[in-house]
Amino acid sequence: MRAKRQRRLIIVVGLVALVAVAVGLTLYALRANINLFFTPSQIAAGEAPHGRTMRLGGVVEKDSVERESDSLEVTFRVTDFAKDVEVRYDDILPDLFREGQGVVVIGQLDDAGEFIAQQVLAKHDETYMPPEVAEALKATGNLPDGSVPSS
Amino acid sequence: MLIRILPELGHFALILALAMAVLQAIVPLWGAATRRPLWMAFAQPMAWGQFLFLVLAYLSLTASFALDDFSVAYVANNSNSLLPWYYKLSAVWGSHEGSVLLWVLILSGWSFAVSLFSQRLPRDMLARVLGVMGWISSGFLLFILLTSNPFERLLPNVPTDGADLNPLLQDFGLIVHPPMLYMGYVGFSVVFAFAMAALLGGRLDAAWTRWARPWTNVAWAFLTVGIALGSWWAYYELGWGGWWFWDPVENASLLPWLAGTALIHSLAVTEKRGTFKNWTVLLAIFTFSLSLLGTFLVRSGVLTSVHAFANDPSRGTFILALLGVTVGLSLAIFALRAPRVQSLAGFGWLSRDSLLLINNILLVVMTVTVLLGTIYPLLLDALGLGKISVGPPYFNALFVPLTALLCLFMGLGPLARWKRMPGRELARRLGGAAIVAVVVAAVLPLLYGGSFSLGVTLGLLLALWLALSLARDIFDKARRGRFDKTRRGRPDRSRRGRLGGLKKLTLAYWGMVVGHLGLAVTIVGVAMVSHYNVERNVRLAPGQSVEVGGYQFAMTDFRERRGPNYTADTATIEVTRPGRASFTMQPEKRFYVASGMPMTDVALRPGLFSDLYVALGERLDNGDWSLRIQLKPFVRWLWLGALMMAAGGILAVIDRRYRRMPRRSAALRTHESIPPGTGAREGIS
Repeated sequence: MRAKRQRRLIIVVGLVALVAVAVGLTLYALRANINLFFTPSQIAAGEAPHGRTMRLGGVVEKDSVERESDSLEVTFRVTDFAKDVEVRYDDILPDLFREGQGVVVIGQLDDAGEFIAQQVLAKHDETYMPPEVAEALKATGNLPDGSVPSS
Repeated sequence: MLIRILPELGHFALILALAMAVLQAIVPLWGAATRRPLWMAFAQPMAWGQFLFLVLAYLSLTASFALDDFSVAYVANNSNSLLPWYYKLSAVWGSHEGSVLLWVLILSGWSFAVSLFSQRLPRDMLARVLGVMGWISSGFLLFILLTSNPFERLLPNVPTDGADLNPLLQDFGLIVHPPMLYMGYVGFSVVFAFAMAALLGGRLDAAWTRWARPWTNVAWAFLTVGIALGSWWAYYELGWGGWWFWDPVENASLLPWLAGTALIHSLAVTEKRGTFKNWTVLLAIFTFSLSLLGTFLVRSGVLTSVHAFANDPSRGTFILALLGVTVGLSLAIFALRAPRVQSLAGFGWLSRDSLLLINNILLVVMTVTVLLGTIYPLLLDALGLGKISVGPPYFNALFVPLTALLCLFMGLGPLARWKRMPGRELARRLGGAAIVAVVVAAVLPLLYGGSFSLGVTLGLLLALWLALSLARDIFDKARRGRFDKTRRGRPDRSRRGRLGGLKKLTLAYWGMVVGHLGLAVTIVGVAMVSHYNVERNVRLAPGQSVEVGGYQFAMTDFRERRGPNYTADTATIEVTRPGRASFTMQPEKRFYVASGMPMTDVALRPGLFSDLYVALGERLDNGDWSLRIQLKPFVRWLWLGALMMAAGGILAVIDRRYRRMPRRSAALRTHESIPPGTGAREGIS
């Protein structure tokens, strides 16, 4: 009986240790890979960290898209109608990327304050506005009429 | 005349189905509790009637699509008179209302199947199983009727034409993906119902697991195929060449799959050995709850994802309430009814039992990590703590090592015996396989890619380890048959020639082999395509060419064409490679007229060992086009492996053991449930 109890104790201690390690690693991995969401105003106010992957949301400013003539590099400005951020992207833009429409850009801020994009997301629905963007625009009172957040 | 009121008839059929579901939920359970045969007998006709009326409702919605009845709001939002007929039929589940209808239809289909194929179940067991399924069905039918009625009319201002089906969904992959996925999701309701019925009936012996196993395997196989189809669809339809994005909606389908994988293994232990009883019941509850959670995540609009099925909040609240009630009630019943006496059958540190336990722990840990990464952002958002997202690196960092660990034990499992396995014997039988796997995995990448890559080596190592250990097992069994655990438990030493043992292997065994090999194949695909993927984004004008990965891509022609409901810019790209015949690929950029949406139509040149992938990007200022050109080695293996896993699950079901079920279940009813020699002892009375 004693041996059995001892064995059970070893199992329990072992399991607890394993779970602790697993939880620790998981939380570490989670912390290291969380992408926070920022609006152009927050970035302009210096709230966003440099050199960390984050998400930027807003509307692509009209007439701000410029392309290099010999490569795929493209720059555009993302605005919340209060402040804007210059975004640089060296890849193919998604089908639904348009000036005047909501986007979410995943990338990092460089030291010059330019946003280097790794991925640009434009939703697969013409009337769709990413909820974060809609909320941010609502906060600044600039939500355009007719664009329903999620419909 | 009848045609004009089809939507109303469908609506009416839904209400009748709800009435029957409610009866099915209450009467048989009450009858089982009070031992009234007549009341218990209520379950089957109600399940049949419910199925019948849901089929009618479904058909009338389909007819509304086929007849372009744009006075029905759902049709107007998701169809168009120009839509080809086959997409009109699949548009029925193209959006929220219709897909929930499909969900319930499939649920009642499963109930119908249970009532047909489980006629030999003890009467009260069948009544309870169908009763539990009636509860689930009532919940979802209420959900449809209260929040998402697909038959709502747009009167009197009927639109002249519909808004068209989302172009992303106008595709073969999406015709089949949702039904498969739902067959899986909803199929787990059967094992859930069996577990609940066993708890309610107080008969938590091994019997219920034997009845529930075939159903669980089939549901799991469907879910596997559904996930693979979703991945395949994303690969060629989204136009980025990715096959898994750790997108919350994908995770929503992976969660029940992981839990379900654990479940089919723990069901095996419970059936064979009579252990893990409580654990299996808990897993059944969790698996189905995760299916519901998946439905909630996809259908409630709480997610930001490529799928973006967004909806009004009352629906989310309703499904969340359903989820809460299901989890709460089932756990409460579990707490009240779970057997307190533990099973007495023990097992050694190294045995098939202990390896399956490790398998279960690892799979549950994987489920929890994916669950955490998926709902953590939602929780923070709900609590007003900020908007975050969890990137793919999180999932990869945890999933890859966990899979590696899982595969390590998976190689041992099939060779180990129940109860106790001497470590020395295991090492003797598998030492060779381990050495060969290590050597080949280290050398192969050098031969293939010319450079060493840790990821590829790890992937190949795991795949080879799985395959070789299975091969060793088959070899041993074929030669001697001595390691074959015949169901009598008697070693058979009679000489039958070199391969005599092969004949004795059961279909269930082959199902395991095929399923495990499927995982190996998928792992090879993942490792190869992740590390040897060649990807270039280029500018190209007609007449120019570019070289990618040894292939020469020349744009020879560019023209516009008209499809049934879209216009398209089509590029013709001639692909040449020294010493091989050239061929052409035609990627398109489509513009769907009714919805005004542009779409990328990828050109693919599939191959068993490599895919060529060309997608048109956008027209640049000077008339050039941006092009996404990719070489995807072994990408097909991903889905091939998944299909093998599903086939394995099905093979195991058609094993003779289950076809002989009626007689066995008769024996089980009189509590002679344990075949002699398996060493299992019943822990509860």
